[in-house]
Amino acid sequence: MQPFKPVLLEAVGVPNGYTIASYKSRGGYAPLEKILAEKQPAEVVEMVKASGLRGRGGAGFSTGLKWTFLPKDHPGPIYLCINADESEPGTFNNRILMEDDPHQVIEGIILSAYATRASTAYIYLRYEYPQSWHRLEAAIDEAYAAGYLGKNIRGTNFSLDIYLHRGAAAYICGEETGLIESLEGKRAWPRIKPPFPAIEGLFHKPTVVNNIETMACVAQIARRGIEWFKSIGVPADPNNPRDPGSYGPKLYCLSGHVEKPGCYEAPLGITARELINHFGGGVWKGRKAKAVIPGGISMGLMTESELDTPLDFAGPGKVGCLGLGTAAVVVIDDQTSIVDFLHNSCRFFAHESCGQCTPCREGTSWSLRMLERMKAGKGRLKDLDILLEIGNTMGMMPGSTICGLADGAAWPIKNAIKKFRGEFEDYIKRTNPSGWMVTDPVPALQIVGAH
Amino acid sequence: MIAAQKILTDEMVAKIEALAPRYPNRRALTLPALHIVNAELLHVPLEAVAEIAQVLGLAPAEVQDTMTFYEFFHQEKPHGKVRAFVCRSISCALRGGDHLLEHLCHKNGIPPYGTTADGSLTIEPAECLGACDFAPCILANDDLLKNMTPEAAEAELQKPRARAT
Repeated sequence: MQPFKPVLLEAVGVPNGYTIASYKSRGGYAPLEKILAEKQPAEVVEMVKASGLRGRGGAGFSTGLKWTFLPKDHPGPIYLCINADESEPGTFNNRILMEDDPHQVIEGIILSAYATRASTAYIYLRYEYPQSWHRLEAAIDEAYAAGYLGKNIRGTNFSLDIYLHRGAAAYICGEETGLIESLEGKRAWPRIKPPFPAIEGLFHKPTVVNNIETMACVAQIARRGIEWFKSIGVPADPNNPRDPGSYGPKLYCLSGHVEKPGCYEAPLGITARELINHFGGGVWKGRKAKAVIPGGISMGLMTESELDTPLDFAGPGKVGCLGLGTAAVVVIDDQTSIVDFLHNSCRFFAHESCGQCTPCREGTSWSLRMLERMKAGKGRLKDLDILLEIGNTMGMMPGSTICGLADGAAWPIKNAIKKFRGEFEDYIKRTNPSGWMVTDPVPALQIVGAH
Repeated sequence: MIAAQKILTDEMVAKIEALAPRYPNRRALTLPALHIVNAELLHVPLEAVAEIAQVLGLAPAEVQDTMTFYEFFHQEKPHGKVRAFVCRSISCALRGGDHLLEHLCHKNGIPPYGTTADGSLTIEPAECLGACDFAPCILANDDLLKNMTPEAAEAELQKPRARAT
């Protein structure tokens, strides 16, 4: 592996690294001052577009391109929403950024607001991050006192307020239109798109929703330049005109059965095996990996033999996973039952389905009830086909739901059964020797509460 | 009509009003208002919902609809002075999260989501707390309890804890 010096995580371990004084001593806010003095908003949009930055929240859409979808010459207001509702199981990179280097995030927000001509930015922060709340609150106060926020910033006619808005423990608020609905004071039911938020978003106004790590990347692109950003990661495939490439550094969250769990920064395209061995100290207790989640639980599973897949935006999809997602890598060792894994996944999605679309509301709770029954020794081989049928029919891809939560619920089901079918069959036959072959309908075991 | 005893104090209403300039309409104050009331009362009774609605110029059903969407807010009775969220999502589950939850509920004699008789502690299962580098973990009020063993967690949850937010 090439040596790589962390940039996004440069404040980690620095005493008082979260203060404005520390951030400025590392070169922070100087790029903002220069850009406000010398560049027009459209030039900042061009800079981010040219860098190839793709959103770090999970979907991987080009950040600069997203900004260009805003209507031209809109009388305003235009809103910027920062998605800090990080809730994808296995993911904590945004927490690290907010706690250890909040000014890097804030500088990125100010630059992004300048580019998009937003004068109000809301940071939608999940409830479970009290330390991030305190650090951001203090950092926002410091930024106001230093004249980087408020009216007529650095003597320009650009004004910006940043407000913290606290969630209440619901995964669906990380979906961008769910976030908008929640911010508006309603239940966080995602909206049908179009209209996309860029046209009609928060309070019916043009809105950009960006992730925390994306904001940190914007700050670093402003400081270090487009060429620096494009020198890192995986270039676009010249034979595929639709591949925008995977440029820049990425924060990978490593957890589960590894010796050293943590958030590690590496060029996009590191493989799961490199990550586990180089940063994670290997699979714990000298064991082998049975399966690895490539980017948060909704991305599905890679098998041990697929661990050399590069974790860039295109990689995980090549081995049947949903995508790179949040780049949260969770290692599952060979002593763990894949039935337990799938039960945990189904329980999560049954709990977090918002209940708006029937295929997701029913599909997630039905799949959990089947896994509960399986674990109670009443599984049948037929259940595997029914689970696959649920997995294949709920989601945006089959076209049965409004948002992607159901696709994320379906992927672990599909990957687990496709890649580990033998283990499921052995488990069912072993735990239900007299009934595994039954195909009659069975009553459900329990009703599952949901959001 | 005789004015009933108010649940929202003047201080709570002032805190809600202080946030009003941040939003172009008052409905967006729903979640902040619920948090303000919940921080004081440790639950949001139906009467408080009606009063929040009145302050915000909404129908009580609108506030109730939003509130009940988030399982976060208790309505019937207050949660404990310490509210412990025990993570059960995948990274914690792989390192004993479910066992941790079971152990703590058993030792404190309460079911998941239950509160001890003295009102000191509520234990709730939580989905991913975003602290998988410290799995298994617990969020107790504002404190993240890292790399918990059942025994360590049991002792940690006996301690009183501030709630700043």
